[in-house]
Amino acid sequence: MTATIYIPDDSGALALGAHKVAKTVAAEIAARGLDARIVRNGSRGAYFIEPLVEIATAAGRAAYGPVTARDVPSLFDADFLSGGAHRLSLGDPEQIPFIARQTRLTFARCGITDPLSLEDYEAHGGLAGLKKAVAMAPADIVKTVTESGLRGRGGAGFPTGIKWKTVLDTVGDRKYIVCNADEGDSATFADRMIMEGDPFVLIEGMTIAGVATGATRGFVYIRSEYPHAIAKMEKAVAIARRAGMLGVNVLGSPHAFDMEIRSGAGAYVCGEETSLLNSLEGKRGVVRAKPPLPAIQGLFGRPTVINNVISLASVPIILDKGAEHYKNFGMGRSRGTIPIQIAGNVRHGGLFETAFGLTLGEIVDGIGGGTRSGRPVKAVQVGGPLGAYFPRALFDTQFDYEAFAARDGLIGHAGLAVFDDTADMLKQARFAFEFCAIESCGKCTPCRLGSMRGVETIDRLASGVEPGKQIELVTDLCNTMKFGSLCALGGFTPYPVMSAITHFPEDFKPHPVRAAAE
Amino acid sequence: MSMQPASTGIAERTAQVIEDLKGLEGPLLPILHGIQHEFGFVPQESLPVIAEALNLSRAEVHGVVTFYHDFRSHPAGRHVLKLCQAEACQSMGSDAIAAKMKQLLGIGFHETTRDGAVTLEPVYCLGLCACAPSAMLDGDVIGRLDADKLDEIVAEVRA
Repeated sequence: MTATIYIPDDSGALALGAHKVAKTVAAEIAARGLDARIVRNGSRGAYFIEPLVEIATAAGRAAYGPVTARDVPSLFDADFLSGGAHRLSLGDPEQIPFIARQTRLTFARCGITDPLSLEDYEAHGGLAGLKKAVAMAPADIVKTVTESGLRGRGGAGFPTGIKWKTVLDTVGDRKYIVCNADEGDSATFADRMIMEGDPFVLIEGMTIAGVATGATRGFVYIRSEYPHAIAKMEKAVAIARRAGMLGVNVLGSPHAFDMEIRSGAGAYVCGEETSLLNSLEGKRGVVRAKPPLPAIQGLFGRPTVINNVISLASVPIILDKGAEHYKNFGMGRSRGTIPIQIAGNVRHGGLFETAFGLTLGEIVDGIGGGTRSGRPVKAVQVGGPLGAYFPRALFDTQFDYEAFAARDGLIGHAGLAVFDDTADMLKQARFAFEFCAIESCGKCTPCRLGSMRGVETIDRLASGVEPGKQIELVTDLCNTMKFGSLCALGGFTPYPVMSAITHFPEDFKPHPVRAAAE
Repeated sequence: MSMQPASTGIAERTAQVIEDLKGLEGPLLPILHGIQHEFGFVPQESLPVIAEALNLSRAEVHGVVTFYHDFRSHPAGRHVLKLCQAEACQSMGSDAIAAKMKQLLGIGFHETTRDGAVTLEPVYCLGLCACAPSAMLDGDVIGRLDADKLDEIVAEVRA
């Protein structure tokens, strides 16, 4: 029997040498005259053991990792093709604690299947949701999504079903489904992983959205920093089209839906939905005022569903297993699962999909295993560059939209950047302003100019010029930005700044050594 | 990317790129990407051709080109090295990595070495945040950067 060797071609695995491993494995297969084939799967998301090589054996999968090209000959010597023992053996990948503890709904196939095999996709439960959807009345699909409690996973947490209903109820000669894959927040990579590891689930989710709202055309706007995801999605769309999953008769039904992949051009603000729509239209990615809501007047002025990758990729399982199934996970008003991305200075970094409700401490210490440097955790930034820095004292905060908001934070796209005790929070606050200045679209004065003034004020504080007054100024400035900006870039930059000042005041005190050094 | 002396046929080659893409809905960004792919940057001479073809003013096209960080007004070096400077990488010392690389190459961010070998740029997140600090060299991703990997990168771009 031909042995099957799984070697990820997810960007994260590639960054750790997966290509070299695959090349070396191929060379060994040829040199030893073995009957084996290599499948380039996505990643399971446990980056601390990537590149994670898996073998399909009669007894299930056997995993080895982290594998370097140098380890490959010894793996063959140890007969890893039959699951032989080796110092890199990890046994059944499903039993690796980081993986076993997860609840994988959206990422059920990611890292397991061949991302570009539609047969593999279907064999692992794919297309079941769309098959049900094409036989349902559009309003019933929308109802199912609404009842599941799914909220926008891009950060704002707006109920997905409500958006869909508005588009369904709005008359238009043409409607659009736009997928926001402009995943620019640091510490987030869930969108990238799903697009590289299970692209058909996103295509299926978008197609269901099309069937549900009467939209016939979709766009996936992917940031240009993700060339591998763009390439994978383009291939997957072509395959889906050939197979009749996309086209004038989706899966043989009377519904028409097709889609296109578009590349961003390096503007963070285009992750904001109205700015993304302008960019797709070929304009400067400047934020639009709302109303009109995109659901009523979106892309090219037509009714448009604009959802994040993970929101759309969560739809197929909701249609397949039902709203109740999905809704039974989670807490409070945060229903279902959330792919938490544990990143930065952390021992066990990666993607961890779980029901809402874990505490920050359980995630960082329990699952993440503390810092990679081995030093104490000082701060965790949750939700990207616009998210708050949490100190250890707030590690009892539960992972839930409302719980984070109650502590002046946000879960955003659920990325966590862990910092050890060498972090200088004044520097982090300064960076938040600096980043806002670089990426501001320029529309709102508080964001465009406030961010620059913020950098200057923090610099004065750092050099010990009237520190009390500078803190007062920054606080006032943050207030102006928060209430005077149209979108989250200017409006949320105050979160990292003020959380750093509030929770780590010692870093903002006049510092004789710092003053002397500068 | 084909290298021809500047100004020869920029308008013609621009027109060809436009021809292939103008049927798209919202074709401007795909066209600009196409032009940068064709020339390695977006030449000034391309802008009036695009404006004419899409029935836009030159100012509108200029406004779009300059809005996006990706579009270059000048050719880059033979290699482009992007070092991630966002928070997750900061937590793993991306500042020091950038300082070291600037010293090794003798240039700062947004600069190209005199021999035209490499352009150094900051990038705000490559989505490789669980293997920080990270970089991208001509589209190839590199994680867990350290001194050895920086040396390897320098050797590669100088080769």
